[in-house]
Amino acid sequence: MSFDYDKWIRPGKLPHIWCPGCGHGIVMKGLIRALDTLQLKKENTAIVSGIGCASRLPGYMDCCTLHTAHGRAAAFATGVKMARPDMNVILCGGDGDGTAIGGNHFIHACRRNIDMTYIIMNNKIYGMTGGQFSPCTPTGDKASTTPYGNPDPGFDIAKLAIGAGASFVARGTAFHANQIDKLIAEAIQHKGFSVVEILDDCPTTYGRRNKYKSVIEMMNKLKEIAVPVKAAEKMDPEQLKGKVLTGVLYKEDKPEYCEQYQKVIERAQGAAK
Amino acid sequence: MEKKLPTIEIIEKYCKGCHICVEFCPKQVLEMRGFVVAVKDLEACIKCMQCELRCPDFAIKVTA
Repeated sequence: MSFDYDKWIRPGKLPHIWCPGCGHGIVMKGLIRALDTLQLKKENTAIVSGIGCASRLPGYMDCCTLHTAHGRAAAFATGVKMARPDMNVILCGGDGDGTAIGGNHFIHACRRNIDMTYIIMNNKIYGMTGGQFSPCTPTGDKASTTPYGNPDPGFDIAKLAIGAGASFVARGTAFHANQIDKLIAEAIQHKGFSVVEILDDCPTTYGRRNKYKSVIEMMNKLKEIAVPVKAAEKMDPEQLKGKVLTGVLYKEDKPEYCEQYQKVIERAQGAAK
Repeated sequence: MEKKLPTIEIIEKYCKGCHICVEFCPKQVLEMRGFVVAVKDLEACIKCMQCELRCPDFAIKVTA
């Protein structure tokens, strides 16, 4: 039976604005399947985003959504979660929105370990604003602002999230579409700050400048570099050169921020009596 | 016994012609007709749903 995506999509909003072959649509489908698997209620699910191509996602979703200032998704989402701890708060955004402009919000949301899920669609470039290089653009790659190659080394979002204190970190790719919903579902179920990085393709602003002939070539590249965590355990460091690990990379049980804050409220009320 | 064929619904209004479904179909069921995708060989379909999963534009629906 075909999966009914329409029940989570705002009527009349399709077709979406993403370019032909852009992986964001594949991630959105994965998110919808994950929400459906967990049988979340629309009035109890909030999707928050900043600015960018990936941040257009909540506009198409038929649930509580919030489209906020550039990079500030984590800040607004923290407000939503603190006011309504019963809500499932999901953040969406790209690599530029999440790790450059919103880098500070991102690491501090990780540090607090507040119970939210951050889906970062990493297409290695600022797509919407005209193809400027982002912190995830690999060294040597071209962007509109680095026409002779990017001199900066790129971020590893998963390692950044683990280092900053996120308690669940996973990575998938737009090519491995049937894995995305499982990773997102596991991340939503995890109590604490969960980061799901999805390696994505941007054929329009990244692919064209970096000699990818087509979307298919970009998708094949994702297929080629992805190595599941379990398979990587049996591989030599030499074989893992240039590869990216996929699957659940890190999971830990840590005190969650809303609960800790509630304890502070109780202590303060106790002291006032 | 006659093989029960799946139905592959293509919403042409949504299709942006990215070729992903055509390329990653293991049985070459789909093809491009102009700018949009079309079913070429329905009998070859094994209902693996890879085209539906990977279509970024919500344009393909496979019903087994």
